[in-house]
Amino acid sequence: MDISVKEIEHIANLSRITLAVDEKNIFAKQLTNILDYIEKLNELDTDDVQPMAYATSLKNVFREDELKSSFSRQEILELSPSSANGFFKVPKVIE
Amino acid sequence: MKYEVVMGLETHAELDTKSKLFCGCSTKFGSEPNTQTCPICLGLPGVLPVMNKKAFEHSLKAALALHCEISKFTNFDRKSYYYPDLPKNYQTSQNYFNIGNNGYVDIVVKGKEKRIDIHNVHLEEEAGKLVHPETTGANYSLVDFNRAGVPLLEVVTQPDMRSVDEVESYMQTLRNILLYIGVSDCKMQEGSLRFEVSISLREKGSNILGNRVEIKNLNSMKAVLKVIAYEISRQGSLLDKGEDVLMETRLWDDVDSVSRRMRSKEEAHDYRYFPEPDLVPVWIDQGWIDETQATIPELPVDRHRRFVNEYTISDYDAGVLTEDKPLADYFEECVKMSQDSPKELSNWIINDVLRELNERKTNVQDFAISPEMLVELIKIKPTIGSSIAKDVFIEMINTGKTATSIVKEKDLTQMDDVSELDDVVTKVIEENSKAAEDYRLGKKSALAFLIGQTMKITKGKANPKILTEIFKERLSADPK
Ligand SMILES: [Zn+2]
Repeated sequence: MDISVKEIEHIANLSRITLAVDEKNIFAKQLTNILDYIEKLNELDTDDVQPMAYATSLKNVFREDELKSSFSRQEILELSPSSANGFFKVPKVIE
Repeated sequence: MKYEVVMGLETHAELDTKSKLFCGCSTKFGSEPNTQTCPICLGLPGVLPVMNKKAFEHSLKAALALHCEISKFTNFDRKSYYYPDLPKNYQTSQNYFNIGNNGYVDIVVKGKEKRIDIHNVHLEEEAGKLVHPETTGANYSLVDFNRAGVPLLEVVTQPDMRSVDEVESYMQTLRNILLYIGVSDCKMQEGSLRFEVSISLREKGSNILGNRVEIKNLNSMKAVLKVIAYEISRQGSLLDKGEDVLMETRLWDDVDSVSRRMRSKEEAHDYRYFPEPDLVPVWIDQGWIDETQATIPELPVDRHRRFVNEYTISDYDAGVLTEDKPLADYFEECVKMSQDSPKELSNWIINDVLRELNERKTNVQDFAISPEMLVELIKIKPTIGSSIAKDVFIEMINTGKTATSIVKEKDLTQMDDVSELDDVVTKVIEENSKAAEDYRLGKKSALAFLIGQTMKITKGKANPKILTEIFKERLSADPK
C-alpha cells in the first residue's frame, strides 16, 4: 500500500507538525514499508477469529467514586510555558 | 412553508459524581481555576486512568431509562483532535461499542404522543473551559482544566423531529428523565446540560435528506429554539434561490442571534478513533442490567399517565406535578395520608405550594410544610373556612407550626353557631341601619357591606354561608 506525499501532509497537519520536502518523501517511503509489513497479516485466514483490541484478558476494572486531593495549582501551572491568574495561557483561540 | 424540517439532537449531560471519570479530582462547579486537576486529568505522560464505577453505572441507568439495547461488550476509544481545552489531545469516548443503542423516548406534543428514536447513549469525558479575555488586543486565551475529565453522558437521537414543538418537548422530557433517575443535576446555567442540533430542510413529500447543518454552542433551551427558527429561514431562502446548503458546523451567537460558520476545522472529522489501550473493556451481564433496571423509578411520562387515570386530575395538573420528581412525590404522599380528594390536594399544591416555593426561591424538599402538615390543614379547613385556611397556610410556612396549633393559639375556629351569629347580626344591623334599609329596598350590594362589617367584628371567623342566610332571612321580611 503506497502512502502518498499528500497523505503525509494530511497526517502532519492533523498532528500540527511541519515537515520539509525531503522529510515528506522519506516518511512516505517509511510508512509505506511499515504498512506493507503489517499487510502480511492479511495472508492469515481470520474468518472465524473475533477482532481483539486488548492484549490482556482484564475486564471491568473500576474505582469507587471517591475524592482524592488534587495537585497544587502552582506546581501544575509551572509545567506550562505560560500562565496567568491561575489559568494556563495559550495563543488566542478564535471561535 | 413548502419545506419540511428534519432535526436530530445530541445532548451532553454531566453526570452526578463526586470525582472525575478517571481520577479522584473533584467535579465541583465554580471553584478557583485549575485547583481540581492532577496528572491524570491533565494527561501527563505515564499516568493510568481508572474508570469511576458510579459514572459507568449512571450511564447504564440512563441507557436503560431510554429503552436502549445494552451492549454486552463495551469499550472506550480515543478521539484525537487538537484543541487547547483538551489536555491529552484526545478525548476518551466511545465509538465502536457504545453502552446503549437503538432506544427511544416518548414525548407529548399538544396532547399527542410521539416516539423519538435514540441512536445511541455513550459515556465520555468533558473538556476544559476556555476563557477569552475581554481586553481589546489580547492575543491569548486562558484555560481552566477543572472541568476536564468530568464524566459526560451523550445521548444521540435519530433525525426524528419535525417541529420546534417536538424539539422543545424532547429536551424537557429528556431532562426530566435524567433528573428522575438521578444521574445528572441538569443545570443548564452551569453547563451541566447542553444541546447540539442538526437541521436540514427538504421539499415536502420528499424522502431524500437535505444537507445537514450542525449547530453547537447552545447553552439554553431558548437558544435551541431560536437557532432552529433562524436556520429554517436561512436554509429556506438559500433553497428558494436554488443555492445549495453547505454541510457544515455552525456556532450560535446568542448576542447577535445568528449562526456563524465554524472556521479552521475542515479536517475536524478525521478523529482517527482507536481503542483506548489504557482502559480495559467492560462486559455487562444480564444480572447487572436487571439490578440497574430495578433502581429506575417510574418515569415522568408514565407517572403523568397514571396520575390522570388513578387520581382523575386534569392532564395539565398531572403535567405540572410530574415535571419535578420531588413535587410528584410530595403530592403522592399527601394523597396516601388524606381522606380528601386528590383534586383538592393537587389544587393546593399547584396554586399555593408552588407559588410560595417560587416566591421564597426554595424547593419542595426544603419546604416548611410537610405533606402531613398540609393534609392536616386541608382536613380542618371546614372548621376555619377557606379564607382563614390560606392565612394559616402562610403562618405555617413562617413559623413551622402545625395548622391545629395555630388555630388553637389564635382562636381561629370558625363561628358557625347560629344564635351566636344572630347576636352579632343584630348589632351590625343596628349600627348600619342605612345599609340594612338599602338592602330591604332592593340594593343587593348592601349585603356585601353588611357581611364585611360582621367579618370585621368576628375577625373573619364568621361562617360566611350561615351569615348570609341569617342576613337574608332577617332583612327579607319586616324587622322582628
Ligand atoms: Zn485529576
